[in-house]
Amino acid sequence: MAEKIKAAIIGPGNIGTDLLMKALRSELIEPVWMVGVDPDSPGLSRAKEMGLKVTADGVDGMLATMKADGVQICFDATSAYVHAENSRKVNEQGALMIDLTPAAIGPYCVPPVNLKDALAAGSTNVNMVTCGGQATIPMVAAVSRVQSVSYGEIVATVSSKSVGPGTRKNIDEFTRTTAGAVEKVGGARKGKAIIVINPAEPPLIMRDTIHCLTDETPDQDAIRKSVDDMVAEVQKYVPGYRLKNGPVFDGNRVSMFMEVEGLGDFLPKYAGNLDIMTAAGLRTAEMFAEEMLAGRFTLPTIASV
Amino acid sequence: MDLRGKKVVLHDMCLRDGMHAKQHQISLEQMMSIAKGLDEAGMPLIEVTHGDGLGGSSVNYGFPAHSDEEYLKAVVGVVKNAKISALLLPGIGTVDHLKMAADLGVTTIRVATHCTEADVSEQHIGMAAQMGLDTVGFLMMTHMIEAEQIVEQAKLMESYGANCIYCTDSAGYLLPDQVKERIALLRRELKPETELGFHAHHNLSLGVMNSLVAVEAGANRIDGSVAGLGAGAGNTPLEVLVAVMDRMEVNHGIDLYKIMDVAEDLVTPIMDNPIRIDRDSLTLGYAGVYSSFLLFAKRAAAKYGVSSRDILVELGRRRTVGGQEDMIEDLALDMAKARGLI
Repeated sequence: MAEKIKAAIIGPGNIGTDLLMKALRSELIEPVWMVGVDPDSPGLSRAKEMGLKVTADGVDGMLATMKADGVQICFDATSAYVHAENSRKVNEQGALMIDLTPAAIGPYCVPPVNLKDALAAGSTNVNMVTCGGQATIPMVAAVSRVQSVSYGEIVATVSSKSVGPGTRKNIDEFTRTTAGAVEKVGGARKGKAIIVINPAEPPLIMRDTIHCLTDETPDQDAIRKSVDDMVAEVQKYVPGYRLKNGPVFDGNRVSMFMEVEGLGDFLPKYAGNLDIMTAAGLRTAEMFAEEMLAGRFTLPTIASV
Repeated sequence: MDLRGKKVVLHDMCLRDGMHAKQHQISLEQMMSIAKGLDEAGMPLIEVTHGDGLGGSSVNYGFPAHSDEEYLKAVVGVVKNAKISALLLPGIGTVDHLKMAADLGVTTIRVATHCTEADVSEQHIGMAAQMGLDTVGFLMMTHMIEAEQIVEQAKLMESYGANCIYCTDSAGYLLPDQVKERIALLRRELKPETELGFHAHHNLSLGVMNSLVAVEAGANRIDGSVAGLGAGAGNTPLEVLVAVMDRMEVNHGIDLYKIMDVAEDLVTPIMDNPIRIDRDSLTLGYAGVYSSFLLFAKRAAAKYGVSSRDILVELGRRRTVGGQEDMIEDLALDMAKARGLI
């Protein structure tokens, strides 16, 4: 078996478990730890059955041995509130942090758009933005790499069952973080994000609409090609990422209508919003792992606090 | 029906729900003159915001002629007695918008969610209540669930700090008995001090009737719109409701002739199209579709050569909720493709 980079997943909930199932198939990542806070968590038992080391004492329960266990990458699938502490602790142990919470203390990362920049910058913490951001920012970038975009707006519609209590309690964080990343990563001068939650049964598959307003008349052929290329890039890690309609051109408006179906690993297929987060997180880890294995990436030493 | 002596607080929507019918293009002068007229007629509450609430300015819902700040500043400055309210939909607007509105003198904040998703309103209702604002939890599309489920969601909003709960018939779909059942159960189950409101759309011509039924069942706040200016076939036409309430001896506090004049002289002249029950707005009420989808469906139908009624019926069948305006063009494209039109 080829050499892999060892990883820990913090947070054994739906996202952490789905990520684990995807990581077990990876040729570059080997999940070795699952970290939780509740000894009765079904996610921890599942991880244990799959042969991972587990702890219910939070990140502290793993710190003593994580270096010896060779953990070089950690995923945080907990909440924004505890993320900063988790990140500081694992960075001190020489591991890179991939943040799936909306804490966004590290630079935003949307793999097909700016993963290479994150690698080049040697970040110790990268943030995966939001589900809506992962699903839509590649499309904003597909337009903005053709010509300048004065305004980018995304509308993410997700099924009620796929929106957890954390997101619900702080839905403003979704709109703010996503809008910020539409600008910083998507390349729109001004960004706006809207989220709509729909309780229909059977649950609807995540759908996203992306509107870009371009400064000059849109170059239709170039944008169509750029969008198709970008969809193909995202499909490499989320096969159910589909352009349903568009790009529609209406004056300076360019609109794309997407549907995101998940792989159905642990989460149901309709929850493409959650799937695209775990898939993007793993994709990011794999890119870092490739560099680590080739000896091109070492985490900068972090001074102990 | 005996409503004699009941006290009802009327809340005008023509400068917020009416923004849908005006594609959010009401001018500052129009806003100020209508607000002044409403104030002089004795209207206690006037809502002023983008049709989709604070922060609604977007490609998806339409860019307004002026920002929420500009509209609110203008209207707050011209009313003497009326209080000004603002609508906020979590997922579209944020607590930053809420603070901005309060700073400009808005005293009522209405936080609106789909009827099953009240828990996304915790931070906004909590913040508004903490700031000492009149805080309303506004449950939309209540025809889609049973009265018992509405109560559960209303109790969440009440627990976050809302002092008033609205049962909203966003599609203008509810029949009088359904309004009665919902309001009566809410009245029984919520705290006695929690106020109760009803918001209608006139798509089945039941706005006035359903509002009266709501008052009888225990609602004390009723939304309407002068001349009906609102999404779909409009809201309950307030001058009509006031005339009926006058005859029923309801204590509403409005000068009937003055509000009739506001409707006739100030609001009707600014309408782009007559607010009436046409084929499409009737379809909204019949199929249970969010009223502000109306003009989007008409535009998509014209652009792609499909029927707006077919679009609206399909949106109802898919159980779309408020805010899903982006579905309309997407669906029209699907329909046009399926029919070989593009």
